[in-house]
Amino acid sequence: MVLWSGKGFSQTDTTRRQDSLRSEQLQEVIVISQRNLKDNTTKPLATLDHYLEKSGMVNMIRRGSYAWEPFLNGMATERSVITIDGMRIYAACTDKMDPITSYVEVTNLARATIHSGSASSTGGSTIAGTLDLVRKKGSFGQSALNGMAFTGFETNNKQKIVGGSLNYSHPKFFSDVDFTIRDAVNYRAGGGQEIQYSQFTKYNISAQAGYKIKEHQQIEASLIYDKALDVGYPALPMDVSLAKALIGSVSYTRHHISPLIYQWQTKVYYNDVTHVMDDTKRPNVPIRMDMPGWSKTAGFYSMLQGTSNRHDWKANLSGHYNKSLAEMTMFSNTPNEKDMFMLTWPGVQTYYGDLFIEDKYALSDRWNATFSAGLAVHHNNIDNQFGLESLRIFYPEMPGSKIRLLKRLSASVRHDAANWSYTFGAAYGERAPSVSEGYGFYLFNSFDRFDYIGNPNMRNEKSTSVNASLAYQKAAFTAKISGSYFYIDDYILGRPRNGLSVMTIGAYGIKVYEQLKYATILNTSIDLGYQVTKEFLWTGQLGYRRGTGENGLLLPLMQPFTYNSGVTFFRKSFSADASINGSSSHTRYNPEFGEKGLPAYAVFNLSLANRFKFNGPQALTLKTGVENLFDRNYTTFADWNRIPRIGRNFFINLIWNF
Amino acid sequence: MNTLKILKYFLIIIAGSFLISCSKDDNPIIENELNGLKLVTTLSNTTHKVELYTLNGKLQTGFNNIFFQIKNTDGTTIDNATASWIPEMNMMSMKHSCPYSEISKAKNSTSTYMGFIVFQMAGSESEYWDLNLNYSINGKDYTIKDRISVVEANRRVVESFQGSDSKRYILAMVEPTAPKVAINDMKAVLYRMDGMMNFPVVDNYKIVIDPRMPGMANHSSPNNTDLVQGTDKMYQGKLSLTMTGYWKINLQLLDSIGTVIKGEKVTETNEGSSIYFELEF
Repeated sequence: MVLWSGKGFSQTDTTRRQDSLRSEQLQEVIVISQRNLKDNTTKPLATLDHYLEKSGMVNMIRRGSYAWEPFLNGMATERSVITIDGMRIYAACTDKMDPITSYVEVTNLARATIHSGSASSTGGSTIAGTLDLVRKKGSFGQSALNGMAFTGFETNNKQKIVGGSLNYSHPKFFSDVDFTIRDAVNYRAGGGQEIQYSQFTKYNISAQAGYKIKEHQQIEASLIYDKALDVGYPALPMDVSLAKALIGSVSYTRHHISPLIYQWQTKVYYNDVTHVMDDTKRPNVPIRMDMPGWSKTAGFYSMLQGTSNRHDWKANLSGHYNKSLAEMTMFSNTPNEKDMFMLTWPGVQTYYGDLFIEDKYALSDRWNATFSAGLAVHHNNIDNQFGLESLRIFYPEMPGSKIRLLKRLSASVRHDAANWSYTFGAAYGERAPSVSEGYGFYLFNSFDRFDYIGNPNMRNEKSTSVNASLAYQKAAFTAKISGSYFYIDDYILGRPRNGLSVMTIGAYGIKVYEQLKYATILNTSIDLGYQVTKEFLWTGQLGYRRGTGENGLLLPLMQPFTYNSGVTFFRKSFSADASINGSSSHTRYNPEFGEKGLPAYAVFNLSLANRFKFNGPQALTLKTGVENLFDRNYTTFADWNRIPRIGRNFFINLIWNF
Repeated sequence: MNTLKILKYFLIIIAGSFLISCSKDDNPIIENELNGLKLVTTLSNTTHKVELYTLNGKLQTGFNNIFFQIKNTDGTTIDNATASWIPEMNMMSMKHSCPYSEISKAKNSTSTYMGFIVFQMAGSESEYWDLNLNYSINGKDYTIKDRISVVEANRRVVESFQGSDSKRYILAMVEPTAPKVAINDMKAVLYRMDGMMNFPVVDNYKIVIDPRMPGMANHSSPNNTDLVQGTDKMYQGKLSLTMTGYWKINLQLLDSIGTVIKGEKVTETNEGSSIYFELEF
């Protein structure tokens, strides 16, 4: 057990870094739910979105309180591969109201692993990187039953959080079940302004079981059912009455197959996502509409991991099938007139097959090199005649299907010395256009107020990237500078097309997806930590991104100079934390995408925590605090349509372990 | 014993469901030339009955494909007739006809005849349409004249107007009859009114189309092709419809040198043309 568990993810000392964020080489790990209970997250019952937001590699684009969109290295979800335990899931909303990360809960997950570029991209071909949400999982062991019950409350949006989990372990069997319920009303921005349509309710239940067939062989099954109701999106003209997902898998794992192969894991999975977008709660709309969407994915992967002498390698064969369908029905304001119906995603099937290999080679005690390569076949097919004929209005000659070959490569070296370590990596990756980019039909973007039309004739987007990091550690001081630079050929972007008539009432025009010759994106971040005394730890983080396209076009949603800084005080089981986070003014924005300039801001937060130990494993963790202490009214670059962020918010989290 | 019983019932159910499904499939489809058509009315004289059929069982304003069979009084069909027709509108003060085609045997038919009539107006109690059908069988001429009911189509599918050249025109939509969210084939017929009874086909004009959805802030669609005359003398083009619902197809009629005979361009300030067709699906 111990032998192999260390292989999958490189472990680094966690205590040095702020909160629950770790990074090593070109990988960043966000610890979400720690089994060791040494949890020093200020707000453990925060939503997954808040956890991901802490990573320097991730920006969370916010359209309301719920379901933020994770941008990896400044790039939208089309450019990254987001998986849950290696499983591919396609969102079902044409307006990005349901990124995959919205269908899980913090109680389902142990950590999120992020890789930049195509390094370690077992999940599939990617431009920006990969984000794998790793399921929390029980283990075989002495017969024991333990559990956790938790509750939380936040004053600003009256968010109530209730949940619990039970874990049973046995030498040949384990099983976990957990559930979480969240319910929130509208939040208030700084100054007290109520943000209409920002409520949400979410139910999540998950179960997992493992059975040891014999020594070194086990099967596991996992199921997540997530259902969100009455979710408001204040930055958008529509809300969601229902978003639900069923995510299931069965896997077989074998360890120690030979001296060279220490693990072989095969998993089959299926997930089914339903997303019902409507505007029934909005009092004034030019026309009533419903926009439901469905996405079903079935897939598998089979991964071999081995080690020999200086090599540590893995090979992964994977494949999946997805079908995405979305429709729009508008109800005429003229009585007795027939409904207006269209397919906004014309029943797009994606067949994807992938082979990926990676080898980590220890050149010496201090030098490591990692190489990886992947090759994928990507096949899109429109199986809905209505949808195909709709798209052929724009592209009369378009074929119903298209096959692409997607290649990726990466190489990196790492050097460790006494106080210094540095890494350098280069990667190449390709991707196919997303369902919306390739086949979307009049998808309204409420930020730039354009209707978007997909383009089935686009080439693959190709990215060449380099990344480097430099880390220094001496005594109580740690520092790390890291950066990455992406040069993206045939960058896919919607551009205004004259002469086409808008569909959405009030839209400014039509944009058709096209390809810029190139675009470049620079990501930089600095992490600092200083253990001032035994009891005081200071941490700081700085970040900046810059994205430019052909002819100096400024890419949208790029993070300006942002920072956070915090001091944590520890004594025994008590801790207190004060932090500030903020941003410089946002001046590199592009009005073509609806962006506006923003002033600088700074927000202060305070928190207190204590852990009360009782008999045996029983313990009660109490965490409380206030966010946005001075009730600042502010908006960041990541806020869709510039809706203001939450104002002063007191929270309390109670976690009872037994 | 029990298992046998269960098995028996199981087999019965299976067999039963087979029978049901089979009987559905085996229902003999009567190979009928009139398949898919609905009877509109029966015209009769002393020797024959003429049954008129259309797709929807109605005659309505606009372009009508009309099928008919001539039957002896004993019900046997006649398959060697030649026929022609003249529709006639009886108005209070005058009579006039409308555009109509010649009559021919329907495709793949032995006894069904077909042609089309473009009614530019509906009939009423006081002003009504008569159909004069002249036919000959084995060299002997017959005639039937009877009143036919022509109702107003639900949506506007025919335009009758005076052009900028002071001539009167009749323009009617032929296709699409089953519009789709797609690029549809569009067809129309154009006639000039030369006197009350004479409606020659107008050649070499152009019909400019601009489909709009008035309920959607006058949303329009791309890749439409204006209608020009095809080999069958009808005007043909392409009509894009981006969604289901109510569409108004604004029209402009241009003569052979491009002069606008009738209709106005749709602009920011001009919501629609004075001549248009309507579709709802």
